[in-house]
Amino acid sequence: MKFLEKYLHKMEPHFEKGGKYEKWNPLFETLATFAFTPKLVTQKGTHIRDGVDLKRTMFTVVIALIPCLIFGIYNTGHWEMAVSEANRNLPYFDMIGTKFLNGLIIVMPVVMVSYAVGLGVEFLFGMIRGHSLHEGFLVSGMLIPLTMPADVPLWMVGLATAFAVIIGKEIFGGTGMNVVNIALTARAFLFFAYPTSMSGDKVWMSGLGDKMASNPEAVDGFSGATALGDLASFMSDKAMVAGEAVQSNVAVQSFSSEYTAWESFMGMIPGSIGETSTMACLLGAVILIFTGVGSLRIILSFFVGGFIMGLLLNLAGGNPYLDLPAYYHLIIGGFAFGAIFMATDPVTASQTATGKIIYGFFGGFLAIMIRVLNPAYPEGVFLAILFMNVMAPIIDHYVVQANINRRLKRLKTT
Amino acid sequence: MSNTINIRKGLDIRLLGDATKEIKQLAVSKTVSLSPLDFHGLIPKLVVKEGEKVQVGDVIFYDKKNEKIKYVSPASGTVREIVRGEKRKILQVLIDSDGKQTCKKFKVSKVADTSREDLMSLLMESGLWPCFRQRPIDVVADPTKEPKGIYVSSFDSSPLAPDYEFILGDRMDQVQIGLKALNVLCNGNVHLSNRESSQFAAMKEVNHHVFEGVHPAGNIGTQIHHIDPINKGEFVWSINIQDVAAIGKLFESGNVDGKKCIALTGSEVKSPCYYNIHSGSSVSDLVKNNVAGDNVRYISGNVLTGDQKKLEGHIGFYHNQFTIIPEGNEYKFFLTTGWLGLGFDKFSNSRLFPTFLSKSKKFVLDTNTNGEERAFVVTGELEKVFPFDILPMHLTKAAITNDIDGMENLGIYEVAPEDFALCEYVCTTKINIQEKIRQGLDLIASECM
Repeated sequence: MKFLEKYLHKMEPHFEKGGKYEKWNPLFETLATFAFTPKLVTQKGTHIRDGVDLKRTMFTVVIALIPCLIFGIYNTGHWEMAVSEANRNLPYFDMIGTKFLNGLIIVMPVVMVSYAVGLGVEFLFGMIRGHSLHEGFLVSGMLIPLTMPADVPLWMVGLATAFAVIIGKEIFGGTGMNVVNIALTARAFLFFAYPTSMSGDKVWMSGLGDKMASNPEAVDGFSGATALGDLASFMSDKAMVAGEAVQSNVAVQSFSSEYTAWESFMGMIPGSIGETSTMACLLGAVILIFTGVGSLRIILSFFVGGFIMGLLLNLAGGNPYLDLPAYYHLIIGGFAFGAIFMATDPVTASQTATGKIIYGFFGGFLAIMIRVLNPAYPEGVFLAILFMNVMAPIIDHYVVQANINRRLKRLKTT
Repeated sequence: MSNTINIRKGLDIRLLGDATKEIKQLAVSKTVSLSPLDFHGLIPKLVVKEGEKVQVGDVIFYDKKNEKIKYVSPASGTVREIVRGEKRKILQVLIDSDGKQTCKKFKVSKVADTSREDLMSLLMESGLWPCFRQRPIDVVADPTKEPKGIYVSSFDSSPLAPDYEFILGDRMDQVQIGLKALNVLCNGNVHLSNRESSQFAAMKEVNHHVFEGVHPAGNIGTQIHHIDPINKGEFVWSINIQDVAAIGKLFESGNVDGKKCIALTGSEVKSPCYYNIHSGSSVSDLVKNNVAGDNVRYISGNVLTGDQKKLEGHIGFYHNQFTIIPEGNEYKFFLTTGWLGLGFDKFSNSRLFPTFLSKSKKFVLDTNTNGEERAFVVTGELEKVFPFDILPMHLTKAAITNDIDGMENLGIYEVAPEDFALCEYVCTTKINIQEKIRQGLDLIASECM
């Protein structure tokens, strides 16, 4: 590595102020600081610094996302094959290699587009502002593809990424300054700008849309919706035949036989690329919590909030959505993925310890509320988290105010 | 009064190079220094000229804002040079020592017979007054303000800290006299914080407190916060235990000899041990033939709060420790020793390095920042090492944005930059938090005091 170090030394003057490639300094610095931890030393204050830096922290999140990515690739490959063979009940753990390869072909371009566009935009801003690339997008670039449906057109991914990085982050000042989660900004942008490509029953399995157009008989009766989408349709038609009193129970029963708790937990169901497997998300959670990168407070209170809302809705009852067992809510849709990877983003979450608990709790609570009580969208997790991102400073304000009041009280009593 | 207070939020940074329990003597340096820069915010008024003869205890300069506070010569000899910087700011006064250390005699009587006024003027005249530091603002104590209490810690919990029980083991009577003198200054509100089963627990006429747990248990700020926190409008003073002994010595002998015992520590010291030195001694005399590497950093004080010194520099007024660690001014390839390496040599408060598994391994840490500065991203990490009922990140942000109301509300009156040293150490985004807090305190001092 001495060779590379020497080369960087040789090139460095060209990129410094007054050098011939001065403009490209942010790019050079990004690459140089990626390859080598720079030789910066402490000047003032503490003479030693903790070994950890933002690069390592962010990279840990990327590592935590790998189980979701790998499982997502396989799951995408599986449903692609299910569609092409027009067999909804295709055995899940069969032809593993082929499915994985197919999934890879579908997923990798999405990942690449997300990173290419996002990093491109960040470099552009870095060059305008004269700073090197900050690490935030390492994580956002992986999160964005994992929230996308398998069949999403690549140009949409690019557009959403550019929107999220510019409007969600750079106009606020870059990494550490954003108000709402970058990846969810991308998701929300597509959801509202191109709703037909982001929801419905055609987009979750790769190739299903095309097949429906060309050969509708082959996939007749083939629901390509997510579990949540399906639940909505169970509510409207499948349960109609039953009597008024049992309507809801029948729907829940037929739903839970189609999507068993085990399959939902493992993620063997259609959905966005990386979100389906609660198991994979929990593996990531273990990494995040153990290393201390993700906040246990937020993750736990998010799940508790969702579960409590689920129980409350069960008490109300009356339709299949309301009657769906509370634990089901935690394992289907993007709930676990949102709780573990989205809500925990330290920049947009509450910053105080007490605030994190309140923030997480209401995040989960609202996610299930929106999911169930909202007729328009079958999924509420990303909306709930975005809403709580906006609310986080207010929560913090009250927590900080409580701290201030304790101090004022002390002043009065003395 | 001796309830044990256990400090759980904090961090013991385990460094290699603890001083062995052996005291060596160091003759007075050829040139000693007295620097106004050791006293934050001081505007010095010189009373000596170059070439003038001085004794130990003769006034070199005094405080322009309070002329009674004198700063005295640590050596006898001739004033060699008054070193000035930009705008003729006095950087230091260099004194060529004659090696005799003849001391100026002060008139003392017994502590019990000394009134508060007499005691204060004695301390100011003899140059011991600057040993008292005041909170808020963390500067030399203002003698016109009545303190709520005087706080003394009998132990230091910072990395490689000196052991005061060892240093002062045979000077306990002087410590006791010094503590009695402190009592006169603040009507009996003297608080002494010890470790469990410390020799200092035998001291009389003080309020004892026991602090256990990790650093910053030994920091005076932590102790004040847990004993009786400072409110707006209140003042407390603190003084190092070795300086308390110096006050005792003044009452015993009638002179101030400028001697102190410091620990020479750090991984780059060949044989770390204690040294009896004179205040303002030169660094090169102290470290002579005892430095292991050639690319090293000399720190007067500990690695968290000390001042960077050059080999030709001098030991700081407040420091009881001198540390030498390797410089980290080299590139580190990301997969081997850099940001993505396994990191068996990295010490971290997070669990991102395998070294969290060992609770006893000692480390050689260099001065590399291990990353570049960023905006605050990670939350909750500062709170883990900050044992105050204060929100460190919010207070730091208030300081950065010059938000005076915010700083007042969030507790700036209770803190000193050193309380934030661990926060600065663990900060993932490498922000110089101590510097920001100091700027905040300076703003408060100019606007609100």
